[in-house]
Amino acid sequence: MNLPVIIKFVIDLLAVLLLALGIKGLSKVKSARDANRLAAFAMSLSVVGLLSYYLGTSGIAIQSWIWIIIGSIIGSLFGAILAKKVPMTSMPETVALFNGCGGMSSLLVALGVAIFPISKNVENLDFFKSFINEVSISVSIFVGAITFTGSIVAMAKLQGWLSTPGWTQSKVRHFVNIVFAVASLIAFFDLINGNTSSIWLLVIVSSLLGIGVTLPIGGADMPVVISLLNSYSGIAAAAAGFVVDSQLLIVAGAMVGAAGLILTQVMCKGMNRSLVSVLFGGSLSAQNTTSSGSGEYTNITSCSVEECALTLEAANKVIIVPGYGLAVAQAQHTLREVTKKLEQNGIEVVYAIHPVAGRMPGHMNVLLAEADVPYEQLKEMDVVNPDFPATDVVLVLGANDVVNPQAKNDTSSPLYGMPVLDVQEARTVFVIKRGMSAGYSGIKNDLFDLPNTSMVFGDAKKVLNDLIGELKDLGVGEK
Amino acid sequence: MSFISLLWVLLLGSLLGLELIGKVPPTLHTPLMSGANAISGITMLAALTLIVKAEGNLPLLIIGSVSLGFALFNVVGGFFVTDRMLAMFSRKPSNKK
Repeated sequence: MNLPVIIKFVIDLLAVLLLALGIKGLSKVKSARDANRLAAFAMSLSVVGLLSYYLGTSGIAIQSWIWIIIGSIIGSLFGAILAKKVPMTSMPETVALFNGCGGMSSLLVALGVAIFPISKNVENLDFFKSFINEVSISVSIFVGAITFTGSIVAMAKLQGWLSTPGWTQSKVRHFVNIVFAVASLIAFFDLINGNTSSIWLLVIVSSLLGIGVTLPIGGADMPVVISLLNSYSGIAAAAAGFVVDSQLLIVAGAMVGAAGLILTQVMCKGMNRSLVSVLFGGSLSAQNTTSSGSGEYTNITSCSVEECALTLEAANKVIIVPGYGLAVAQAQHTLREVTKKLEQNGIEVVYAIHPVAGRMPGHMNVLLAEADVPYEQLKEMDVVNPDFPATDVVLVLGANDVVNPQAKNDTSSPLYGMPVLDVQEARTVFVIKRGMSAGYSGIKNDLFDLPNTSMVFGDAKKVLNDLIGELKDLGVGEK
Repeated sequence: MSFISLLWVLLLGSLLGLELIGKVPPTLHTPLMSGANAISGITMLAALTLIVKAEGNLPLLIIGSVSLGFALFNVVGGFFVTDRMLAMFSRKPSNKK
């Protein structure tokens, strides 16, 4: 072992250690920000390690430097600009886009090695080695392509650029996807047999498979899919590690792949969905059109913003339940103004955050933090649930399924068993909603029929703005 | 590195990943996902290797460079965006605007 090899070994080891500590730290609120920086530092360290290794051994040609610099500058620049500019509400699709590009990168590396075998891999290739090489190239291309197209479809659906085509909800989609899967398997074996041209078949069908699997999945399940695709991009990186013989790549890729899988599992649990039903079940509403969700509303009370303001003024304790609708209406800042007024009047305000509130687990916390809501006012479901009976007013903003009492009472309901917020225990509940449409589960919400529930119809942002006006007229928060 | 030892590396890496995150507060799901996603851009090392070993082969240089660009887009963007999200959690009421 010569010096460059030893140096690279030590740096790689250090980088793996720091990356592991980074992922670990990211799962705790206190250490998360430092952990993220630690991981970023570890990544730069790994680049330094690799470059110094090549400088110490084979040297790096000027031409290579030029292409390294071009690629780095363009990639980093676009990444940094997008990261700075993108609004917090579109975080899920941004993560999907970044993730897809990671998959694309692994795909390109494998493709490059497959078409133009690099010198190291050509010399002394026995059968076993070339077999391993072909397998890792195929896996890298297969997973990389699925990650890329899947993530792009996920992004497009979250952005509203793509809707769910009708045929993808029928059984046909399984047949189509099986055809794609079989075709990729054929291409895979053909490739191992030494037929290099079938690599393009592999690229095309695995890309199509990524689209075919992601397209039928409903918008509300997308976070789970993105998390899963994130895990895939780790696997793609690990496969690329086999292609270029890099232990660091394999360890880091495997770590992200496994951690991503756990995170996906955690998210599924919070949404009371199994991974299998997310992936193969189609969108939830399509399943339930015939089941128990068909009940009619019998006892809807609708009220004006003015009444809502009057009730709020008289309250001592108010709990806000923000949901997907609030995120879509981008009304978090307006909401913060309303609660500021209430607080100035001595009213206790708390936000009840359901584990899957928003467009992605944890997304609501990010949005409310952006609107300067103090972290201490955000209460998790288990903490806030016992507080509802002692609460005067609950404001439900664009949330639906997460406040459906059916999940507790009705064993025949598809929602049964999902953890929900017990808002119906409060004295008065105001539900601010655009119309009577169902939540993403497509199931009737029994909460709306309860006598202590009043509906305030309208876009969350508009209603909140009107509410500010009404509160002003009442002299709330004008001290 | 022999293939078998690389397989060991894969196995141990996966086990490590499974153990790393046990209980995650829901608050951190999105940042954690985005942070882990940035790390999966580690494939930039493979792209770098490709460029260094291209030995003047222009198509290979270009593929490597594009691949490097995609990977760094993922890495740089991913870490920045995660930091932006986490910065909001650590913001104290005292330094509000």
